[in-house]
Amino acid sequence: MGVILRAENLTKTFKLSAKQQKIEKTNVKIRTAVKNLSFSVNEGEIFGLLGPNGAGKTTTLRMLATLIKPDSGDGTVDGASIVREPEKVRSRIGFLTSELKLEDFFTPNYLYDFFSELHGVPADVRNDRKKRLFSTFGIGEFAEVKVGELSTGMKQKASLAIALVHDPSVIIFDEPTNGLDVITAKVVTDFLEELKKEGKTVIVSTHIFSLAEKLCDRVGIIIQGEMAALGTLEQVQGGKSLEDSFFDIYSERMGGSV
Amino acid sequence: MKSTVFTIFKKELKRFFSDKRMAVTTILLPGLMIFVMYNFMGSAISNIANVDENQSVYISAVNIPESMEAVFSQWGIETDIISENDIQTAKDAVSAGGDISALVIFPENFEKSAAEYDVSEGGKAPNIEIYYNSADTASLTVYSMLTEIFDSYESSMANKFDINNSDTDYDLSSDRDITATVFSTLLPLLMLVFLYSGCMAVGIESIAGEKERGTIATLLVTPAKRSHIAVGKIGALAIIALLSGASSAIGTLSSLPKLMAGAAQEISGSFYTASDYILLALVILSTVLVLITIISIVSAFAKTVKEAQSYVLPVMIIVMLAGITGMFGEAKTEIFYYMIPIYNSVQSMVGIFSFNISYAHIAVTVGANIIAAGIGVFILTRLFGSERVMFSK
Repeated sequence: MGVILRAENLTKTFKLSAKQQKIEKTNVKIRTAVKNLSFSVNEGEIFGLLGPNGAGKTTTLRMLATLIKPDSGDGTVDGASIVREPEKVRSRIGFLTSELKLEDFFTPNYLYDFFSELHGVPADVRNDRKKRLFSTFGIGEFAEVKVGELSTGMKQKASLAIALVHDPSVIIFDEPTNGLDVITAKVVTDFLEELKKEGKTVIVSTHIFSLAEKLCDRVGIIIQGEMAALGTLEQVQGGKSLEDSFFDIYSERMGGSV
Repeated sequence: MKSTVFTIFKKELKRFFSDKRMAVTTILLPGLMIFVMYNFMGSAISNIANVDENQSVYISAVNIPESMEAVFSQWGIETDIISENDIQTAKDAVSAGGDISALVIFPENFEKSAAEYDVSEGGKAPNIEIYYNSADTASLTVYSMLTEIFDSYESSMANKFDINNSDTDYDLSSDRDITATVFSTLLPLLMLVFLYSGCMAVGIESIAGEKERGTIATLLVTPAKRSHIAVGKIGALAIIALLSGASSAIGTLSSLPKLMAGAAQEISGSFYTASDYILLALVILSTVLVLITIISIVSAFAKTVKEAQSYVLPVMIIVMLAGITGMFGEAKTEIFYYMIPIYNSVQSMVGIFSFNISYAHIAVTVGANIIAAGIGVFILTRLFGSERVMFSK
């Protein structure tokens, strides 16, 4: 079981606009979202990036998905560099976040085919895979309904299927269960376990510790853009619940109780 | 990976045509509205210009000579002879805009005094007074009829010579010349307006709209090259904008004759040959490519559709100014002017419509526009790759 994804000293800063400075009552023009972040993910495991809102989880995942470029540092996905070979990386990952939306005017069926074409999936492979994915998520019933007319849960299912059109080896999932009702959330978590069984590598970011405890093999805790703890779930838990252990790490970092 | 371009291209077209509201408002409505509007304007104008000759008009007259009364009735003017005591009543009637359209007061013994009047003696000529109401269309028409009648009456009294007094057609301009003048003055600007609004409708929606709804990010996370996405989108948008422009152009061409119904000559698009139209199509196609890339680039900077709409307005003004230059004078002869995108399109269209076609000018125009569009696609590609532009909050 080798390393399939590696982040090496990833650093990302954002310029704050005058308006943002005002809102946050600060004179600092540049915010460091992620600082010298390094970690690796082994093939076939579910890795969880944990941390409070604004810790830098989404920024890290976006860099790995090549949507944004790191200021410094690099990362590799299945051997391809996120800085130098973004297109190769994109062909090997499935990236899912609530910010990636599907166009309202099309049906899940059409969009599935559209994204398959963009990924260069041959038609026969596409159809077999579609049949399997649509039945997994129960999309068949609304495959020909326009996305705009679907419920949030249905949209999420369609997004899942479409993120996997090219059968990616690594699936990056930002806040997988955010905004989903319990039933749809269960469909998603079940599916992540299913993916793991198939030997896929999954990276999820979440601030829901119970989810991480249930799913993840290894976790990394990010606080203020830095990796505060990294290891197997058991190592990071240290005999406590993940939540308790997180609060310990957090107060240690921030110098004070939570 | 040429197929990526085609995949994006197909999706954009499908997106557009599966949205019935958008397809109708962008393609069907512009042409239909122009046709209805111009026809309405045309008939309104000719209604004002032509007085219904079968309809009688009424005037009051004082001291009217019998011969004059006969002339008036030939023109369909019914005269009500009144005495000098009733002048004020008649004036009030004209002022009120009622059935009496004008009041004509002849001097006593008008015919005699007019015949005896000698210009060389320098005395005051007999004066006919016509009271009318310029706020009333009927009254104004009668007033101009009366002055016309009296003018010709006056010239017939001392007829020394005539001008163009026969049925010969003295205006030697041909219908073709008139068409050239009208088309080359009006159409370049109109075409530009139509094409720009077509591009605006679809360009903003496809770039800023996708950004606003977060669907472009889904596209950007696929291995599709940014340049392929840009080319696919521009290609599809250009076709839709062309259809929209064509709809407006058909609406205009089919209603121009009606709009110009007042003119003596027949204007018609049939004076242009097939090769004229082919050249025109090339110019228009290259123009659309430039316009759609400009609008796409501007839209890419906007976070929302609304924001994009406010950004494209200043650009529209610049484009319109280029169009207005086409309304004055003939097409430029210096090749330099044909290297400026948009402006060159206007000049080329003026050239084509006025039958002064220069193949070199058109070739330079099309070339310059394609190069400009190419640079635009390059910029758009960079913008698609720029996280600050695509993922700005």
